[in-house]
This record gives sequence, C-alpha cells and structure tokens, in this order.
Amino acid sequence: MAIEANGKTYETDEEGYLSNLNDWEPEVATAMAAAEDCELTQEHWDIINFLREYYEEYQIAPAVRVLTKAVGKRLGKEKGNSKYLYELFPYGPGKQACKYAGLPKPTGCV
Amino acid sequence: MADYEIPETHEFPVIPSIMEGAMAHSSPYVANVEFQEAMGFPSPAEPGQLIDGWKEKFLELLEEKLGKYRSMLVFMDTCVKCGACTDKCHYFLGTADPKNMPVARQDLIRQIYRRYFTLPGKIFGKLGFPGFVGAAELTEEAVREMYSYYHQCSECRRCAVFCPFGIDTAEVTMAARDILANIGMGQKYSNQIIPKVHKIGNNLGLPEAALADTLEGLEEEVEDDIGVKVRFPLDEKGADILLVTPSADFFAEPHVDGLIGYAKVFHAAGVSWTLSSQASEAANFGLFIGNYESMRNIALRIRDEAKRLGVKRIIFGECGHAWRVAYNHLNTLAGPWDFLDQNYPVPQHILEFTKDCLDRGILNIDKSENDHMTLTFHDSCNIARASRIGEEVGSQFTTPRAVIKAVCNNFYDMSANTIHDETFCCGGGGGLLTDDLMELRVKGALPRMEALKNVIADNGVTHMAAICAICKSQFTKVLPYYGMTMDQIVSVHQLVSSAIVLDGQGEEAEEPEEAEESA
Repeated sequence: MAIEANGKTYETDEEGYLSNLNDWEPEVATAMAAAEDCELTQEHWDIINFLREYYEEYQIAPAVRVLTKAVGKRLGKEKGNSKYLYELFPYGPGKQACKYAGLPKPTGCV
Repeated sequence: MADYEIPETHEFPVIPSIMEGAMAHSSPYVANVEFQEAMGFPSPAEPGQLIDGWKEKFLELLEEKLGKYRSMLVFMDTCVKCGACTDKCHYFLGTADPKNMPVARQDLIRQIYRRYFTLPGKIFGKLGFPGFVGAAELTEEAVREMYSYYHQCSECRRCAVFCPFGIDTAEVTMAARDILANIGMGQKYSNQIIPKVHKIGNNLGLPEAALADTLEGLEEEVEDDIGVKVRFPLDEKGADILLVTPSADFFAEPHVDGLIGYAKVFHAAGVSWTLSSQASEAANFGLFIGNYESMRNIALRIRDEAKRLGVKRIIFGECGHAWRVAYNHLNTLAGPWDFLDQNYPVPQHILEFTKDCLDRGILNIDKSENDHMTLTFHDSCNIARASRIGEEVGSQFTTPRAVIKAVCNNFYDMSANTIHDETFCCGGGGGLLTDDLMELRVKGALPRMEALKNVIADNGVTHMAAICAICKSQFTKVLPYYGMTMDQIVSVHQLVSSAIVLDGQGEEAEEPEEAEESA
C-alpha cells in the first residue's frame, strides 16, 4: 500500500502506517488525515509534534499518562486528559495520532 | 460508525437464524516474510501464497499432533454432532454464521483428519465421495477457509463447558493455527508481537528507558494526587517480589489505574517488590498461536529475570491468558521453581495477594470513595475456565468478587448463564484483538453487551470491572458501538486504588488550606 502526498508516493503497511519513519513529512500527515475526513488544526499538530519528539528519544509512542501529562503541561491542565485527546483523534490517540505522526502502530493488548 | 450492522441486544438472549457465509470475508492480515522468519516459520515465495509442498507439510504436522497429543486424536474422533455447542459461541451468536458454531469450525480440520487418517475417509476419498463419510479433500481453498474461521475463535472454551465429551475447541484452533503458520500463513498480529517480547521485553516494544520514564511519571502522578510517595521500582535486585504484568498496564487506560492499585497495595503491605524491564510482559501469545516452543521461550524469560533479580516470589498482574499459562503451565514450561520461597504459591495472582491483605485487615479502606459507581464483574474466559485464584474450587470467581465487594458498596452480578464458568469472552481474546478484525470483535461482544445492558437496566449498574488487559482494551473499543461509553470499563485494582487510604495520605494537601485559613 502507499499514500500520495507532496507529489510523491510513500510506502505504507496494510493498515496505512508509514513503512519508513524517516520518510515522514508534514504533508504525509495532512494526506493521511484527509483520507479519513479529518482536517488537521494546530491542536492536532501539537500532539503530532510531541509524539515525534517522544519517539525520537524513546523509540516508542508515549504511554497514555505520559501523553496526557505532557499535553497538560504544554497546553493547559484542562487539556491534559484522554477525553480531550479522543475529541481530537476519535479512533484513539494511540493509533490514529501515531499513524499521522509516521510512528509504527502500538502493538499488544492495547 | 461502521459499514456493517451492529447486532441488536435483547432482554433475553435470542439464537439467531443462520446466515451462511456471513463472515466468510473475515480474515486477519497474514504475517509478512519478516515476521514469519523472526518466528522461525517458513515464508512463501510470494506474500499470501502457501509454501512449496504445503499439502505434505500440513498432513505431516497434523499427523505429528495426533501422535503427540492424545487429546487431539480424541477430539477428532469423538464428536457425535449432538449440537450442544452450536449456540454457545459468542461469535456464532453475534454473526449468525453457521461455520462459527464450534462443531462446524472444528469440522474444517476434522474432515481433513477423516479424509487422510481414517479408513472410511481414505476409501470414499479414493472413490471421489469423501463427503459421504464427513471427509474432505485438502485444497488451498480449504486452507484459506481454515485461516478465516480459526481466526474467528478466541479459544475461550465456553463451548467445551457444554460439550458432553469435553471436546476443547481451543486446542483444535491452536493446532490448526500452528499448522497454518508452518505452511506460510501465520497471523500478522500475534507473529509481529512475539519477537518484540524477546527483543525488547514486552508486546508493546516499550524499551527500558521509556518504561523507566513512564514509571517515574506515575510516581509523580500518585504523589500529586494523594501526597504519598508510592514507588514503582524497576529492575531492583534483591526485591522480594517480581511483579509480571501485561505491558498494557504501563500504556493504556483503564489498565494503568490497575497498576497504580497494585503499587498502592504493595506499599500498604510494606513488601519489597520490583518490575523487570526484560520480563515487562505477562502475556504469552505462544498460547494463542498454539506453538509450544514459543510459549516456552516466553515463559523462560520470566525465570531468567526471577533469578537475575534474586526475588523470592512471583506475582502476576491482571491478565487473563497470562494467568492461564502461569497457573497451568509455568512449572512444566520453566520450572522447577525451587529457588523461590515455597511458603507462597508459585506463581501468585495479584488478587490473591490483595485479598489476603484485606482479610488480614492491613489495608485501610474507605469504600465510600467508590460510591459514585455501581459495579458488575466480567469473568475473563481464561481465568474462569482454566484456573483458580487461591486454593479453593471456584476461587477464580469468588476472589475477584470478594475484593470488589471489600472496596465498593454497590455490586450486582450479571445473569447467571453469562458469569463464572459460563462467562462469555469479551470478543477480542485469543489473538484477535486487532483492528483488522473489528467487525468480528464488535459482533462477538454481543452476548456480554446484552448481559451488561440488562444489569444496567435492572440494577442501575454504571461500570463493569475486569481483570484482563485484552478484555479492558476490547470493551474500551466496543462499548460505544452498543450505546455505552468507553470509561464504563474499569480495572479491579483501580477500584482498590480509589478506596485504599495510605498512611500520610492527604496530610500535605490539608496544610496549605490551614495556612490559608490562618492567613
């Protein structure tokens, strides 16, 4: 499978996750979101950028409490909860936001 | 919300009229070359194909299993098609596909057994009428049908409870999946995960540094919340207890609230404990794919870590199939455990530990903290039908309920034929908790959703507690499809966490208020 963005073709796995993390560009996220009828706002980008930063350091997406805590610190306490994240990413911040950010899908019993 | 129909729930269960082929399209992604090879399974020349010589390999492996496991031979021979199992499977009840009647699903491989391993099958097969004696030719089409339907069984064993011969569908499914993986058709979800357990330590692929960071964050969170420093130790040599828990407990909600509960109980009990970064996973997906070697290797790494850290006891966190493997097989897979303290059960379940603390009165509990909820309890299939939590018969049912009732004032059970050993699978067990099987998961959740809705209507239940990472994730996902909300599923130790009052709790929080008053 593949996704078109920026005039280029990016390889993805069967579930639409980017095959190569280093291929990622912001336009890839926009194209993936558009394919799911989601328009990315600054609020989405705040999350996507944090996921990429965290992944770079730890080689894994942040756990839900790590994410909500970081969001709370950066964007205000009222946003530091999973309700806010699910409003932004209804398919689940762990999976939908990771996909847009070019991260591999979290696997296991989650 | 979905491009398929969500099954209707009723006041009383309805056995659906059959719909042939209703789920014939359901098939999870096949493992690619990378995942097949990492597991030591052969890869076909082209993805999605079978390996060269697949038919001979299939029959060779089936013969091996029939010889090695007497149970498999008995299960193949004894079914009399009585029909007792037909309406007991949640996937049949939710999908109406007759091939999801356990007997029909088993027959996909039983008819191959009859064709190639019984005299009537051989004779009628040669004459061109294998169907006359319930046999069938092994074709590629038959293999693909097996791949589809053996991934529509969560190995929950509810059907086995009702089978007059005790035929265990789960074992048939496991055998079939192992054969399929060995002819090039491993399932992506499970086979992608298992190598991560060995390489990184857990199903998630959560490396040590990330785990340490996550645990540190939890310590801060608990301290902010209750003003007590509760530790979440990692890789601490010389600790008494090694806690082995599903990695979802570090990662997801409501799992993490359960983990906080375990830590508070250990804190209150004054015991020394540790997590291990290399055994940071209780789950054992080797069970799901029916591969003994894989199951053994996953279990051995717990032994290695117990030795390396020098612990005296092993306690398992809230995980259904992990407890089934631990309770039944830990000794034969990775024993002897003679280096552990024999005064305690090896292994022990966290609920048994907590119940013991409650019974001895060493936990300070304020039940009213949970008064905003009315609870019910979902028995996890693997725990309910394959283990105990304590010494006594039926303790796998009584222990979790005793703990819930000790920390909550309001509790009601769901209807009797949906709990205890007749419990329904959550719909996502046995290696099926993957997005590519969402339709199956939503439909398979029907019987549990129905029982839950009824206990909500009858008794005002607001939340359902569970003791399995898969159940918790599955319900979080499927509750909204049935008009409920994802936060209605909670961890049992989350309830403990809310009710437990630790020494020094709230003291610091009160100080600033006093200061304000005096100012």
